Parts: sequence; structure tokens; C-alpha cells
Amino acid sequence: MKFETAATTNPIDQLKVIGKPLSRIDGPLKTTGMAPYAYERHDVVSNPAYGYVVGSAIAKGRIASIDLGKAKAAPGVLAIITAENAGKLGKGDRNTAKLLGGPEIEHYHQAIALVVADSFEQARAGAELVHVDYVKAEGAFDLEAVKDTGKPRAPFGGPADTAVGDFDRAFAAAPVRLDATYTTPDQAHAMMEPHASIAAWNGDKLTLWTSNQMIAWGVGDVAKTLDIPKENVRLVSSFVGGGFGGKLFLRSDALLAALGARVVGRPVKVALQRPLMFNNTTHRPATIQRIRIGASRDGKITAIGHEEWSGNLPDGRAEGAVSQTRLLYAGANRMTATRLAALDLAEGNAMRAPGEASGMMALEIAIDEMAEKLGLDPIEFRILNDTQIDPERPTRPFSQRQLTECFRTGAERFGWSKRDPRPGRVRDGRWMIGIGTAAAFRNNLVVKSAARVRLDRSGIVTVETDMTDIGTGSYTIIAQTAAEMMGVPLEKVVVRLGDSTFPVSSGSGGQFGGNSSTAGVYAACVKLREAVAQKLGFNSAEAEFADGEVRAGNRRVPLAEAAADAGLTAEDGVEFGDLDKKYQQSTFGAHFVEVGVDAATAEIRVRRMLAVCAAGRILNPKTARSQVIGAMTMGVGAALMEELVVDKRKGFFVNHDLAAYEVPVHADIPRQEMFFLDETDPMSSPMKAKGVAELGICGVASAVANAVYNATGVRVRDYPITLDKLLEQMPDVG
Amino acid sequence: MVAPKLIRTTAEWEHDMQGPSDFELSRRKMLLGTAASVAFGAAPWSADAQTPAIPVQTATAPGISMSKVSFNVNGRMRELALDTRTTLLDALREHLHLTGSKKGCDHGQCGACTVIVGGRRINSCLTLAVMHEGDSITTIEGLGTPDNLHPMQAAFVKHDGYQCGYCTPGQICSAVAVLDEVKAGIPSHVSADLNAPPQLTNAELRERMSGNICRCGAYSNIAEAISEVAGRPA
Repeated sequence: MKFETAATTNPIDQLKVIGKPLSRIDGPLKTTGMAPYAYERHDVVSNPAYGYVVGSAIAKGRIASIDLGKAKAAPGVLAIITAENAGKLGKGDRNTAKLLGGPEIEHYHQAIALVVADSFEQARAGAELVHVDYVKAEGAFDLEAVKDTGKPRAPFGGPADTAVGDFDRAFAAAPVRLDATYTTPDQAHAMMEPHASIAAWNGDKLTLWTSNQMIAWGVGDVAKTLDIPKENVRLVSSFVGGGFGGKLFLRSDALLAALGARVVGRPVKVALQRPLMFNNTTHRPATIQRIRIGASRDGKITAIGHEEWSGNLPDGRAEGAVSQTRLLYAGANRMTATRLAALDLAEGNAMRAPGEASGMMALEIAIDEMAEKLGLDPIEFRILNDTQIDPERPTRPFSQRQLTECFRTGAERFGWSKRDPRPGRVRDGRWMIGIGTAAAFRNNLVVKSAARVRLDRSGIVTVETDMTDIGTGSYTIIAQTAAEMMGVPLEKVVVRLGDSTFPVSSGSGGQFGGNSSTAGVYAACVKLREAVAQKLGFNSAEAEFADGEVRAGNRRVPLAEAAADAGLTAEDGVEFGDLDKKYQQSTFGAHFVEVGVDAATAEIRVRRMLAVCAAGRILNPKTARSQVIGAMTMGVGAALMEELVVDKRKGFFVNHDLAAYEVPVHADIPRQEMFFLDETDPMSSPMKAKGVAELGICGVASAVANAVYNATGVRVRDYPITLDKLLEQMPDVG
Repeated sequence: MVAPKLIRTTAEWEHDMQGPSDFELSRRKMLLGTAASVAFGAAPWSADAQTPAIPVQTATAPGISMSKVSFNVNGRMRELALDTRTTLLDALREHLHLTGSKKGCDHGQCGACTVIVGGRRINSCLTLAVMHEGDSITTIEGLGTPDNLHPMQAAFVKHDGYQCGYCTPGQICSAVAVLDEVKAGIPSHVSADLNAPPQLTNAELRERMSGNICRCGAYSNIAEAISEVAGRPA
């Protein structure tokens, strides 16, 4: 199915199942420990061997020699895989550094060996005995030091440099100006399930039970790396224990498990050790961002400029923190610039809302600062500069844009009018209280997605697609889509996901998965409805599918009859035309945060949080709300604690485990409030839905930062906002 | 119902590898349920699938220190001969095939491996299996089943107290034990009065649950689930 014109009324609009706050259909499995994750497939793999990964102890240089003698002789060790004995390996299209390093080393903890043994304990003990001599080389590890060597690099969705009007002149002429620099640190996905895979060969065919967000990408990159036909690779990811972008790509666990299994002639399972993950895999790269805003005295933005510097391995991507600044606020004169320097840290890549999450951390503090300079309420300043058209291309409207409504609704619900705009004026005992707000903004992406739908004689509808559920609720919203389309109760739908033998879906990433994958299931169901109507002798345009029946006029036939003994199968997908070019499709929201800052110690506690979002039709308000509050939680982490600390001499992230890389815990997060505005977006897909999972994180950190400023009068522009950055400037309190 | 077996012959396993034909079995099984189904993989998933998988490993490799240990898991005595370095978590996951207890960090930093031993919650990755001779261990599989959920499991479903589900068994085991700790009068870091019986306020609950990380960020919903089971507003 081609989606090329705005969606009109279709069976999804019945909203009998879609749009209901249903509990997840996989909930009973997840809460009882019965949902099997990649490393747990005892049902399909018996007698596996265990792999343990050895990571490089240097960041850059080469391996002079590896002594495997003692390790090979250790009890239970079956084989040791290194670049020397692995045979010729390619590199996946989506990998920047090699997944098995050696002799060249590209980053710290790059995998250099896999020790395979009969048991996990034996593999781990064997790995301890691998002795490596390195020749170290000088590397670049300090973004600040190398930023000016950065080259223009186009971020996702735009060129390296953008310009509209005459930014320099307009900025110079503006009566009110802000010129400030902000920094965001390297951050880790730190999903709870480590990257894990079981590999098994059957002749020249490889099956990988793995934890991956993008099944078809994974198949392609496994095939390319091993130089085998794609047809010989099967990936299965039935359950994924969190991804956040960290599991978009083939990683070393899967490749090494495959190599190990080939050598030992039996299945091999590998989970990346948690302390290895932070330097072995990808992370959200640090940024330095300069933002300049010029405005008239009445608060109209006349010039807005955003420059970004980030670093990555050669050939790596730029973060793209400027992207939202091209779209979020009006202003005739605009510029952005993206510069990328070479760094020898582990690969920087996508993490939840790549680009916008980092960019909004800076932009929405800048907007708060500018509002203060203008003496305007920060919400009124944003509304004053709202735009319903793409500010760079005035002929191009937003498909939907309810940013103002999000702020108005949020302000009302949060009690914004009670906020004292003068910093440091509100106390609650020892706590200095502050309230902050920020816009949420994230583009809506649409990606081709297919599915297969089968009706059987008992009236069961089975959906198969290689879509993944990484905690997003895909199982449930796909079941809802099929139930709505086929007119059956949810109980009559079976959903099978994450297997490369199923039709290729959008996969999970870039908040495109929910809308795109359900649109693909919609397309397959349209085809199945046609087949059913034909089989039962209905005119498919007139046939109504409801209550397990097909009806037209006064004739009604049970749906199951169409299946007969053989069953009825339909396969189709959605492909998107240029509606996302003709219309700017984005999602919007407003974040509100109240913090308390300890007057003596500057300890920061988040006391209240609210998000109001407008993101198209909400397919399941319960799971969508969870996406947003989860993103708000990750945003609190970004604001207050998350930072991969770089050892700038040795070149690695020092705090590479879950004790030292701090993420929010229960004690950090208050009861969260979240509301969706009513919206349907017919430009987005037949589902009229949009993404929501990444919108939720965009702007949270700056809302926290702005609240801290409101509480204390101390403006911190370098994340995370920790008490040491506040203490010296804290106001004297009696 | 025929008890499903967990160990598959090579022939069965090769059959699985050929692809979609392996789905028929589980699809039929899934249809027995009453809720919309999530289907995956080859074997049916049910509580009684937790039959011991591999016969107790008795082979001793030279240089490996093996030891026998027996303990009660979810009401059933289990005897294992283990490499003494085996953690309780790996004994459960790799030897008893009770994979509900998760390995998130293997260093006691995340709480995903939380199980209840002798009535107290512990990180099963931080303790060796052989230290638990005679102990009584409850894992997530021992609390309830998909068809017969423990009230805490049902509350997590109702309040969407999870997303990816990987920390969930640990959160639930922790939550069940937290309610018992409060009942037993055990104070926490945020208890104002060490001598007064603790109340499960939101602050108490969040403090006590902070050893269980949820990177998906379901904390607010988890707090509501636990509060409902405890009979208090979140």
C-alpha cells in the first residue's frame, strides 16, 4: 500500500480497540519471568558453550602479541577467537569500528578475543589468562581540545550548514541578544538487558537469538561481516530488554557468538559483561553548543543561530543537536552549523532522540535565558515566537502543531501562575523551590513496514512481522490494530514479532516504530479483508467487519468461515510518499518541573513533573504514557547525574558500570503526571498516529535546569547539573 | 497436558532452525489462553516448563572445584553439583533454567537478579550457590504464573509498571519483600523514627526500592502498583 494522500475515514477510526488504555498483552509473561530474552532460549538451544569477551586495555594502537597458551590450557576452554584466527571479516554498513579488533585497536574495550568454554565460570577464568602485549599510540580524547579541528558534517536530516536571511547582520542589530555556550556529556544507553546472543549453525545456516531493535539491518550486517548470503542468516529477537538506540546495530556479542559457534561446532551464548558495555558499544556523544538569539524589545526573535561541535571515530556520525533549532521557533534570519572532530573514544551513535535530545538540552535553557533578558514570561516568549510553518520554507506547513496548546494546558494543570519569576524567592524549610518549563519537540519519521496476517478456521488472526517490542508496547498496539481492522476481540489476535523469517518492518528506532509498524499491519489487514470479502462473496467496499462477523445489508457470515481448512493469508506493507516532504511532521509537548535545592548543600531533588504532549492519535494511552514518563525519567538523569567521565590521558570512559554511571533510581523520581492532547494527524499514516517515545525526553533536562535556576539564581550551562557546580554561587541564606 | 520438555534433541533443534514450521506448536498452545497472545519461539511457556532441564552436572573437570548443594526452590527440593564459582543467579538461570531472575550487571548494581531467600530479598548474582545449602529460595516463577498471577504481578500489569520487562522480576520480588520488611518493622534510611513502626509512605517505598534500577523509567507506575497492593495511595 502506498500512502501518498492524507488519510480519510478508515476502520481504525472506529476506535473500538485502538485508543483504549489496554494492559500489555505480554504483561503476564513479563511479570512472571516467562518472557524469554535472547540469552534464555533453553527451549530451542541445548548444550550451549559460553563465550566471555576480552576487551582491549588500550584505546589506540595495536596488539604486538597475544599469548593464549595458559588460557587454552585452562579447564573447560574449547576455543579462543581472535582477529588472527577468525578468518577474513567484513564490516557491517552500520558499524564504525570493527567489532573484533586486532591487530589495530580503534578504541578502549574493543573486543579482541572471545574465550569459549563449557561453562560461564570456565570461560571467565580462561579470559583472565589471556595475555596481551600492546603498542600504544597517541589518541585524541578531549573534545574541547580538538573541537576547532572539526570538519563540517551533515547530521541526520540536514546539511552541515544552513542559512536563511542574514543571521550576522540581524543578530548584530538586535536590541536584545544572547550568546551562550552549553555542553552535554557523553551518555550511555545503559539498558537493563546487556547485549546478548546465542548463535547456532546448521550447516552453512546461522541462527542468532539476539537482542536487537532492527532485525533486517542486523541480518544484512551479519551477512556482510561474515561474507555469507543474507538468506543463510536468521535473527530472532522475541523480547528485547531495552535498547534506546544501543541495540540498533549488530554488536560484538552476536558476531563473536557466531564465530565461536562455528569453531566449536555447537551453539555459543555470549552476553557482554556489564563493565565492558560502556566502552565496547555505542554511546550518545558529548556536544559543545553555541546558541545566539537576537530579538526585538517586544520579544520577537529576529535572529537565531545554533552551532554544534561533537567528536567521533573517523567516519562516525555527527550528533545533530542543531536540528530542532531549524524548526521550533520563528525568526527571519537563521543559521546552523555542525562540526565533527575525530576522537578515539568508542563510537558515538544514536541514543533516544539523537540530535534533538542533546539540542533541546541547550536550546531550551537559551530560550529561558532570553525570556529573562526580555522580561517576558518564558511561556509567553515561546508562544510569541510560535510558527505554524517551517521557518526555513514558508510554503511548507506543519501537519499539526499544538505547541501553544501544550503550554497553556500544562501551565493550568501545573499551577504555573503561582511561580515567582524572581529566582531564589520561594522556600520550603531548608529547600529552595523552583519551577521550570521547556518545550518538547521531536520530528516524526515514517519508515516502510510490512506484515503478514493469517486467519484460521477458529477465527484467530495471527500477525507476523519482524517488528520488535523493546518495551514500547509493539505487541499490544499491533494486536489492537489487527483486532480493530478484522472486527475481532483482542483475545482472538496472536502477535509474533522479531523474527527475520517474517516480513520486514520499520523496526524500533527514531520513534517511528509504533506508527509505521501498525500502518504496515493495517495494510496487510486491508488485503486480508479483501480476500475474506471475496471468499465470502461480499463487495469488499461495503463489507463491515465487526464482532467476529462480516456483514453487508442483512447478510452476516462468521469471519472464520472465510478461512476454511487451509486458512487465509495476506501480506502487505505501507510505503510512504512525500507527505513528509510537503508537510513538516513533528511532535510537540511542554515539560514542567518543580525542584527543591538544599540551601546548604545544593542537593537537588525533583519534586513534581508534568508533561503535556500532542503527538497524533494515541494508539494506547496506557503504554504511550509509559513511554513518556520513562523518557521524562531519562531526562532527569541527563539533567542531574548522567555523564560518562572521560579519562583524557588513557582514553576511556572511567565510570563504566551501573554503580558509577548513575541513572535515576526510585528515590530520584516523584509521581509523574502526563497528558495527551486530542489529535489525529492524517498526513502521518492511515493510523493518524505519530511517534511519542522520544518526544518525551526532549526538553526535560532543560526544564530541570530552568527550575534549578528559578530556585537558586545559579545558571548552569554544563550538564549534568551537580551540586559542585552550584555551591560556589549559591545565595547566602540565613 | 503433556509436560513440555526443555531439552530438545538435535533433530528437533534442526527442525526449529528451518523456520516457521516451529510456530505451529506454540500457536496452538497460545490459543488455549484467553488473552490476546504474544507468540514466540518453539516451545510452550508454562509454569510446569520449569522442570529441571539438564541432568545434574556430575562430570568433574580437572582443576575445577565441584560441590553438591541442595536447596528448596519455589517449594521444591533441588540438588545440583556445581562448579563452586557458580553464583546463585547462574545456578537458577543456567542449571535450573529458571530464567525469570535476570542478569543485568552481575555485580550487585542493578537489582535485576533479586530473589527471596529465607524471606529476605538478596541479589542472587552476589552470592555463590553453594552457600545456600538447605535454604528456601523464592524466584519470580514461584510467586505466580501467567494464569494465576500473584497480586503484585497483577498490579504491575494493571499499572504498566514495566516496559521492556527485564528489571521486572527483580522489581516484583523486591516489592513483595519490601512489604514484609515494613510489616516486620524494619526501618530504612528515610525512616524518621527508628523505634516507631515504619509506614509505607511514598518516600519509604522509593527509598527501599532504589536497589532495583528500571532504565525504561517505570518508577512512577511501579510505585502505584506497590501502593495498591499495600493498600495505600501512591
